[in-house]
Order: sequence, then structure tokens, then C-alpha cells
Amino acid sequence: MAGKVVTISSGKGGVGKTTATANLGISLASLGKKVVVIDADIGLRNLDVIMGLENRIVYDLVDIVEGRSKLRQSMIKHKKFEDLFLIPAAQTRDKMAVSPQDMVKLTDELREEHDFILIDSPAGIERGFRNALEPADEVLIVTNPEVSAVRDADRITGLIEAAEKGPGRLILNRIKPELVKKGEMLSSDDVVDILGLAIIGIIPEDELVLSASNSGVPVTLNTDSKAGMAFNNVARRLIGEDVPFMNLADDAGFFRRLARLFEGW
Amino acid sequence: MASFLNRLFGRARKGSGATAKNRLHFVLQHDRINLPPERMEEMKREILAVIVKYLVVDQERVEIALEQRDRTHSKLVAEIPFAKEKQQIQMEARPETAGTDAQTAESNGAVKSPLAADEEAAPKDESNDSQDAEPVAEVDEASATAPDADAKDNKKN
Ligand SMILES: Nc1ncnc2c1ncn2[C@@H]1O[C@H](COP(=O)(O)OP(=O)(O)OP(=O)(O)O)[C@@H](O)[C@H]1O
Ligand SMILES: [Mg+2]
Repeated sequence: MAGKVVTISSGKGGVGKTTATANLGISLASLGKKVVVIDADIGLRNLDVIMGLENRIVYDLVDIVEGRSKLRQSMIKHKKFEDLFLIPAAQTRDKMAVSPQDMVKLTDELREEHDFILIDSPAGIERGFRNALEPADEVLIVTNPEVSAVRDADRITGLIEAAEKGPGRLILNRIKPELVKKGEMLSSDDVVDILGLAIIGIIPEDELVLSASNSGVPVTLNTDSKAGMAFNNVARRLIGEDVPFMNLADDAGFFRRLARLFEGW
Repeated sequence: MASFLNRLFGRARKGSGATAKNRLHFVLQHDRINLPPERMEEMKREILAVIVKYLVVDQERVEIALEQRDRTHSKLVAEIPFAKEKQQIQMEARPETAGTDAQTAESNGAVKSPLAADEEAAPKDESNDSQDAEPVAEVDEASATAPDADAKDNKKN
């Protein structure tokens, strides 16, 4: 089996990388895929709590890389899904403890027995990002409909392309359809237009994301959550299904769509 | 067509969302070529300073701008129209001596060049006048025909 390595990155911090990684991991697992999620944010371990696995951690990424633990015994199995595993970040080390080559070696081993290896990249464009980028077959770029977040997404888009890992696909997180409708927020069309990237997910702002992180049960497991449904759709697109985008509200507007219709002329 | 529609509907859009989009366009253009806005202005001033050494241009209407289709296709587009004011003065001055023209050009602070001289000497008919606002390439063409027209004009005189 030749699993696929998908890196989730953003440039700007706090836009929803960890949330996306946790939810995609669960969605892919619930679609029957064998999945490993890796927290590459060394020093700021988070993916474990978002997935509700914090109290099961024995070893971490640096232990594996430095040979203190075997890969298999270091992977934490999810409570609900047999085929979903977490490799947590080290909490007390810094990003220099792992090299891009270490990540390639690790993921090459994981590819043999899993369909997807998701890497939660740290914010920024330094070593941690490089570690997450190096083994990637595909990069998902998470951003928010905000000037600074989109700008940073563009910056890493350039770096991803320079590393020949592009083009990345976009996850636009925390969109508020009411605000877009009022013209008070960048729409998904705007962001796609500006960044010139394909979009793989449009995730609405959803209070249930917070309660999910409080309880350590990612929002895709909540059938009432629109964000959860949207993340589920991203997972299905990742495995190649053609899933229409949810109607979050009239996000584009008639005239802009009309204008787009004429774009080819 | 597309740009017309975009402009039409783009302008109609109000609210901070549209502002955000415009600001992002601006910021990203500069980020992508790694040339901050102030440095770009500096470069424009230098380009213009060079051009002015050879041509009498309408400095007010000079436009040097970044054009970007997407992140990997950027270009610098310059529109450098020749001075119109000078030519109007010329038209009035034409019946008199050519000396007046030369003085006008010098008082504009422009360095005289062969091309500028040609232009000054060239008669300004209506079609020529209407091309004043066109990009430099077009005006170039007009001034290329100048010697010919010049000869005709001389015969008439
Ligand atoms: N769709 C959403 N709706 C509401 N809140 C959200 C949504 N997505 C993310 N959040 C909230 O945003 C915050 C940041 O999310 P997250 O930790 O996933 O970002 P990150 O990109 O991993 O941050 P960092 O760069 O620090 O690693 C969290 O509090 C999370 O609950
Ligand atoms: Mg994170």
C-alpha cells in the first residue's frame, strides 16, 4: 500500500489547522481509511487534546525520531476508530529536534500500512513548517476570510510551489455567510480569486467547534454541526469524490456569478 | 468584456469585504514580486527620469503599474504619453517660426532629443492630435511618419 501524505498548513497561526487535521482524520477513518495524524507542532502539542487522546500519550515524535521508541508502540489508537492513530508532538523539545529528512523517513514507513498520513503543521514558515512540508504529497492550506490570513496563505503558497509541492488546495475556515451576504466579509469566491488556488473546503464558523474542543470529540462526530459536515465533505473530496459545496447561504451572489460566466470571453 | 463586467459589478460592491479584497490585491502584488510599494515608487521615479532625458512626455499622465493575472504571471505595464500641452502650443505657434517650439520645449525642462525635435517640427493634424492619449508605441508610429509629413508641410509653406 502506498499511502498519501497530506500536510495541513497555513502560515498564520490560529486559523484552524489542528481543528482541520483532527476532523479530517476522523472523517477519513469513518470512510474506512487507515489514517495516521502527526502533530508536527513540537513544543506546542495540541492535536492530542483536540482528539481527546491526551491521557494516553507515552511516547512522542521526537522519541521516535531519536530511536527511543518503536514507531508502532508510539502511535496512539483512537478510542472510536480502529484504524486511526495519532503521533503526538514532543512538548518539551524544540523544532530543531526533528529534521525534514526525519519526517520523510518516518512517513515512508507509515505509507506502507496506511492510506493517509495527515501532518498538522505549525504556524510560520520556519523549521516546523519545513518538517511538515518535506514529506507531503499534497498540501492543504487553511485560511480565514481575513486580510492577514489570506496574505499569509499566499506567502506559503509561494513556498509550497517553490518546494515543488504545489499547487496546494484551499480550506477556507470560519466563514460567516450572513456577513458575506452583507458584503462585510471576503467571500469564498473572493479568496479563490485572490489566491488562484483550487478550493477543497468551505467551513462555516460554528460554535460547536469550541464545544468539540472542550470535550475532545471533534465536530465531525456531531451530526448537527455544519462545520462538521463541511469537514466531512473535505475528506470525501480528498479521496476523489465529487461532492458539491454545501449551500451555506448565497455566498456568491447573482451578479458576481454572472460576471464569472463571461470571464472566458 | 470580463474586465468591463468586473468593473461594473466590482464597483457596485460596497462594504468592508470589497475593501479587504482591494487591499489584498495591492498587498499581494507587492509581496509576490518582493518589492514594497515605496521602493516601487522610487523605481518609477527613476524610470521616468531616464525617459525624460530622451522624450518630452506628459509627466502627469504617466502610468507605470503592476499587472497580475495570477501569482506567477506578473508584468510591469507602462503608459507614457507624450506631452499634449506642448503640442497645443505648437499648433498655435506653427504659423510662426520653429524657434518658438524649441523654446517651449526647453522651458518645459525637457532635454531635447532627435525624436522630440522631429515631433516638434511635425505638423499636427487632427488625427495626430487624437492619438496624443494613446500609449507610447502608437505615438511612436505617429512620429515615425513625421519626417514624411514634415516634407509635405514644408512644400505647402
Ligand atoms: N470553523 C470554526 N468555527 C469556530 N471556531 C473555530 C473554527 N475553526 C477553528 N476554530 C477555533 O479557532 C481556534 C484555533 O483553531 P486551531 O487550534 O485549530 O488553529 P491552528 O491553526 O491549529 O492554530 P496554531 O497555529 O496555534 O496551531 C480554536 O479555538 C478553534 O476552536
Ligand atoms: Mg495547531
